[in-house]
This record gives sequence, C-alpha cells and structure tokens, in this order.
Amino acid sequence: MTNTIRKTSKISRRRFIVTSAAASGGLALGLRLPGIAPALAQNAEPTEVNAWVVIRPDETCVIRIARSEMGQGTLTGLAQLVAEELECDWNKVTTESITAGQNLARKRVWGEMGTGGSRGIRISQDYVRRGGAAARMMLLQAAANEWQVPVGELKVADGVITHAASNRSTTYGKVAPAAAKLEAPDPKGIKLKDPKDWKIAGKPLKRLDTADKLNGSKVYAIDVKLPGMLCAAIKDSSVFGGTVVSFDESKIANMPGVRRAVKVGDSAVAVVADTWWRAKSALEALPIVWDDAKNGARASAAIAEELRAGLSAPNNNGEWGNGDVAKALAAAAKTVDATYGTPFLAHATMEPMNCTARVSADRAEVWVATQNAEASLAALSEVSGVPLKDCEVFKHDLGGGFGRRGGTQDYTRQATEIAKQFPGVPIKLIWSREEDMAHDFYRPISQARMTAGLDADGNLVALHGRICGQSINATLNPSAIKGGKDNRQLQGLYEEPGDAQFGYTVPNLKLEYVMRNTHVPVGPWRGVNTNQNAVYLECFIDEVAHAAGKDPLAFRRALMSKHPKHLAVLDAVAEKGDWGKPLPQGVHRGIAQFMGYGSYSAAVAEVSVSPEGKLKVHRMVLALNCGHAVNPGQIAAQVEGSVAYGLTATLYGECTVKDGRMAELNFDTYQIMRLAEMPKVETVIVPSHDFWGGVGEPTICVVAPAVLNAIRAATGKPVRALPLKNVKLV
Amino acid sequence: MARLNINGHTHDLQVEPDTPLLWAIREHVGLTGTKYGCGVAQCGACSVHIDGAVVRSCSIRVGDVKETDKIVTIEGLSPDSSHRVQRAWAALDVPQCGYCQSGQIMAAAALLAKKPKPTDADIDEAMTNICRCGTYQRIRAAVHMAAGNTADAGGIAAPAGSTL
Repeated sequence: MTNTIRKTSKISRRRFIVTSAAASGGLALGLRLPGIAPALAQNAEPTEVNAWVVIRPDETCVIRIARSEMGQGTLTGLAQLVAEELECDWNKVTTESITAGQNLARKRVWGEMGTGGSRGIRISQDYVRRGGAAARMMLLQAAANEWQVPVGELKVADGVITHAASNRSTTYGKVAPAAAKLEAPDPKGIKLKDPKDWKIAGKPLKRLDTADKLNGSKVYAIDVKLPGMLCAAIKDSSVFGGTVVSFDESKIANMPGVRRAVKVGDSAVAVVADTWWRAKSALEALPIVWDDAKNGARASAAIAEELRAGLSAPNNNGEWGNGDVAKALAAAAKTVDATYGTPFLAHATMEPMNCTARVSADRAEVWVATQNAEASLAALSEVSGVPLKDCEVFKHDLGGGFGRRGGTQDYTRQATEIAKQFPGVPIKLIWSREEDMAHDFYRPISQARMTAGLDADGNLVALHGRICGQSINATLNPSAIKGGKDNRQLQGLYEEPGDAQFGYTVPNLKLEYVMRNTHVPVGPWRGVNTNQNAVYLECFIDEVAHAAGKDPLAFRRALMSKHPKHLAVLDAVAEKGDWGKPLPQGVHRGIAQFMGYGSYSAAVAEVSVSPEGKLKVHRMVLALNCGHAVNPGQIAAQVEGSVAYGLTATLYGECTVKDGRMAELNFDTYQIMRLAEMPKVETVIVPSHDFWGGVGEPTICVVAPAVLNAIRAATGKPVRALPLKNVKLV
Repeated sequence: MARLNINGHTHDLQVEPDTPLLWAIREHVGLTGTKYGCGVAQCGACSVHIDGAVVRSCSIRVGDVKETDKIVTIEGLSPDSSHRVQRAWAALDVPQCGYCQSGQIMAAAALLAKKPKPTDADIDEAMTNICRCGTYQRIRAAVHMAAGNTADAGGIAAPAGSTL
C-alpha cells in the first residue's frame, strides 16, 4: 500500500469506525439498533490496524466479519482464524459486521460477502488469516520501532509483546495507534502458520454469539424498531405467475391503524398499518381479484408425469461417463433397475422473510437478514433508483437461512418498493408463515432412473444414472446454461475432484441430467442437489449390493480404491458406527457415503420398524472430512443440525402443487421433526488437513440414504420416493 | 384496551381484544424476545409463561387474558440470564441461529418447574417446539444439565471451561 492511499484511507477509516460501530450494534453498544445508534460513546478511540482488526485501548480485539451468520457458526470460526494469526487474547475478542455499503466504499477490501454453499470459511480463510497476520506484524513492528530493536527479537502471546533482552513488554492496545500508521506488509509475502501449530483455530471453542440468544435481547431483522416506522403485510399471487387485477381499498379504510393498501409489482398487494398485526388483519379483509389463468391448472401429478417422461426422453442436458453402458448392460449377467423421486421442499426458516426499508430521494436503506448483503444492496439500489453509493444494508444475523436468503432478495425488493411509496418512512415488511411457504424458491423436484449391470460374480460392471428434474440455473442463473448443458443438477456425481465428486469407479458408466422445468421457482436449499442425488445413488447402490448378495459396505469398498478420501470417511463411519456388529432384536443398520460442498461424508443409521410400520431412528453416526476443522465443537453442532434437517425432509418434507399453488402453507401440514424423534447423533471428524471443505451442508446428503437403507434392511423393501409419510413401510 | 401484567409490570395497551397476545407483547409492549414463527400454535417460538405454565402466545387473544394473569416472557425469566436453563444453554452452546431459543428456554423452564428431574420421556413430551437448525440433541442435554441429572445427557460434553 502506498503512502498516498494510506493517507486517503486514514480519513475514510476514521469515519468508518464511527459508522461501523453504529452499524454493528451488539456487545460494544449494549445491543442498540443498527443504523440509528449514536456514535461511539467511549472516550478513547479504537484503532483500525487494518480492515480486519480493530484494537481498543482496553485491549479488546474487534475482528471484522464480512460473511453472514445464520447459526452455522461462521462468525466464530472466522474470528478464530484471524485471532490465530493475530496472536491476541481470545478472551478479549469481539466481532463486528461490516456493511455492504462500507465494503463498496472501500473497494471491496473485505472481498465477497455472500454466504452460501458452505463457503463462508473455506473461501475466505486465506485472506482473513493474512489479515490477522498482517496486523500482528504491524503491531510488532510498532513496538520494535518504539524500543529501537530488531522486530525479530520480539515475541508475542495473547496480545502482549515482549523483548526478553531488555526485559520490556507492551500490549497491542498501547502500540495499535503507532502500528496503524505503518505500511501494511504485502499479504502475498506473509507466511501463515502451519495448522499443526494452531492454538485458537482447530479448537472446540464456544461460540462468540450465544449470550443475547438466551435472554431475548438479540435484535433480528424482524425485531427492528425505527422512529416513525410503519408495518406492512403482503400477499403475492398464490398461483406462481399470477397477477393482481384489482383490490378494493375502501373495504379496509376504517380498520384500526391502516394507512393504505398498495400494489407491489404486478403480482402482490401490501397493506401498510401502524402495527403488523393490524396490517395483516386488514390484508385478510381486503378483497383482491387475481388473474390465475396462466398456471392455475398446474398440479403435482402432471409435473410428476412430465418428469417421468423425461427419464426416457431421447436428449439430455449434460452427461459424463466412461466405457459403453448400453453394451455392458446388454451383456450383464444380471441387471437391476429402479426409479426414485424427491419432491419440492420449502426452507421454512424459523424467522419468516422480512425486511425494513427507508427510501427517500437521495438515500435508501434496508435492515435485513441476508446471506448476501451485496445482493441486497444491488436490489435496494435497483428498485429504489438511488445510486449504490447512497444505499446501505444493515445486515442482521439471520433467524435461519438454508439458502433462502441469498441472491434472490425478493423480500428486499418488495420492502423497497413499498417504502418508495412512503418517502422517508421506514416500512417493516413481514411475511406471514403462509406467505413464506407459498413463495419460496423451493428445492428442485426431480426423479432418477438408475440401472446397473452385474457380472456373474456380482461385480458392478455398468451403471447408468439419469436424473430428470428442475434446474436451479434455469430459475436463477440462465446464463450458466451453455449450449443447453447444465451441470449443476448433477452435484455429487461429478467426475472432477474437489467439490462434489462421484466416489466410485465403474468400468461402464453414464450419469446424465435431463432438464424439465415447471412454473414453480426453485433455488438453493441446505445441501441442495447432493441431498437428492445421494438418495438416488446410495439407495440404488444398496439395492445393487443386495442383488449381488454382498454386504453394502464391502460392495462399496470394492468400487472406491481410486477415491481414497471417500473411502477413508466410509471406513471411519463403519468403524465408529459398529458396522457388522450385533444389534438389539429388531434394529437394523444402513450405510451411505457421498461428497458435496467440498467435503466427504458418510453415515450409519440404526432404525427399527414396528409391526405396524412405525419407524424409529435410534442412532446415527456421521463421519466428515472437511479438510481443516476450524472448530470441532461447531462442526459437531452442524452435523447434529444436518441430521434434523435431513430427517425432516426424509420423514415429512413435501410441497405439493394444487391449482397452480403450494398446498402446504404452515407447520400443521408441512411437518417439521420435533425433539422426540431426534436420534442420538455421534459426529466423527476425520480431517485430512490438506484442503478446505465446507461444513454446514455436506452431511445432510447422507442422512436420508443411510436411513432408507436401514429401512430396506429392516423390511426387505426398498423405499424409492420421499417423504416417508406417504409410504407404507410394512 | 387491555391491561396486562408482564414480567411484574402492568401495561395498559390500546389494542383490539382479538389481537394475539404475541403481537401485543411484540408491538404494543415492545418486548421482541418472544418470536413469531407460525401463528397457529405449531412451532412454539412465541412461548411465554402465564401463571407458571407455558403457553403459545400467538394463539391466545389479549381479550382472553385476565389482569391478574402473571405473564412472563424470556426477558423476565431472570434479570441476568442466570436461570439454570439459560446457564445450561450457554454451557452447551445450544443455540445456532437462536430464533426459536426464547421459546425453547421458556418451555424448558416450565418443564423443570413442574418436574425438577425430568426423564427423556418427559423431555420428549414437553419439548415440542420446532428448531430448524436442529439443536434438539443439545436441548435434551441442556435440560438434563439444568436439572442436575447425572445420567447420560445425550452424549454431549460441555465445552472446556463451561460450568453451570
């Protein structure tokens, strides 16, 4: 960094500290609301050493976090990585969120803010560690300059710098102002610690963000209160693609607290009132005429038929393989054939979609739970017409994300559009649960036809997998579909190593995707695509092993010698999951392995099925190789959570289309697994320390197939369509 | 108009009698720790205590609450997060996103008030609130920990340095 830039950035830095402190809320400010809190009330000013590290005179280390926290623990993990290189006192670490506006104003010094695909740590780990290391080097240099000694003679631990030869010591808090004036080292030249030497990272430290979740003081976006704020309830056409013809505002004009009913885009109506409950009550009383003609007759049965037809259609939208599957199947001693299906699923985050927006002629702001604050900023600017530089996004930790609150930002657009019609007035838009369930970007629906050929010795000589279903790219990112080819829906079945690789070697192999889109919008969903594809592949492999008369573990192992990381995780779960050992009467095991989101997963499930067909999942053991394990305690929490999310989908999850709209609109019909059904979960982390994988999503994909394979072991009958609520097990 | 006793304070509210207690608490009293999740008494994010019993406040009309009913929200459970349930939740790092945890904590506190040494079956029966992050295993362990149960607390060891 040159001196000139340094000088410029120093001015902006000072301003930044004030605005960021105001925006961050949280511990430092006694949980004031982002955006309206007064400037720092402290006497002594904190010092920004660099973009990632701010040191306060009381030795508090404030670590800046660019990614979103939605429960997955990324905030704590990233802080651990910075603190590890910084050599500060972990007990004096606190964090603050940066805003999208600040990131833009500082030329994206914090990189991308998007938080999805289990990338929060693995994509940013390198530069945040370099940020921590650079700050440490500057702090040490400042002490060396003050003492006129070579920096190499200094040692630092827990934020205390010592010079043994002269028996002197100082602290980060004391040297930070001088350090901030130094030129930053070239990040590329910084040598990071060997993870073997980690003292803070790699340890199961407690989360930094628990305290205010225990007493009701945490301010989620839905809790935002601003002076003069009004609240909005919204109803978008329940038929996807439908439009508003008219609405009769006079019918609600005299209802308490109601200000106005406004049209939002072509397809939605919102009522604005002094409280949300009054807005919602008025919205329910508001007569609205809809035009449902376009899709009003669509239904699940017809969609299923279209997908089924695609399973034998002549063309595909992408494939890979080796050998000659058709020939090998024709020559096989035995063939196995099965068709599977998985439904649309809603995210059902506990905090329904919501956004508070304030728009005036020259300024636009939102307070919002978002997995992608920069996408929120772009949506805000686009809808408000206010230039990006005059927009700001105050990001709140999310009451659940799971992929719902990423790039689409439909709720941010709606709130902005409503707020535009009330210049200068903050408008808090909250979706009812019914609205949330009716207007998701659902997990894509798909079916799969799987065919295998065995030789006379029961070896797998051919495998053909054809997946037919909806494309996320077609809904969200059409430009990613090139020449009609769309690879994304084959996640977990890729040839390429690294992110979601197919783990078996089969001499004759063909894996293909056939696109069949519907009028239902689809999008990412915790573990999307790997969840569905793991059911298809891993349940089928179990069926094939059964047809070959082989043990499901041994059958898999024989196909995995060229995929040692997949195999190591499978072996780990087999050992910890007691594969092959005796079980109590009536309890059966199933096993599965898969790769997704940069990590390798495997699971063993123990289940029983009563004579009446009632399923109980007793125990699940999951093994995960995520490369480096930044916080094993939080990884275990994510694995436990992934079992609950995956089991809910296995047991209950289904959004059905009726009359062009979703039929399940609340938790009475869209059941979520409760505590009583939670099996005992054991997490086995087997990091190989040679790559950076994801954590939030990878293990979900093995939950359903392990359970379904255990059910097959228990009943002798394979389950090929989810959810289990529709299946008679005996 | 309604008069409610919440966390030991009396509140006179300008509110329609058919307003759910949840929204009176959130929008008229201004206590936002009690959460909206479903509005149909399914998820339990809105759980509060009325005279010591846990109820789902989204499905109780303000007009049906008596002046003498003692309502306690998450903010009133303890003055300093020192309730044994809150301490156990902290010790075991139970919350993930945290949105449902006010309700989970209120449900657990009501359970322990009624059954100081709950069994797993008691916990299954009482803890029916939805958590989408899937913190159920730690919730079970934390309820056992708060109860001082020495039996297996779901296989979850408290992180280093944590005590009740």
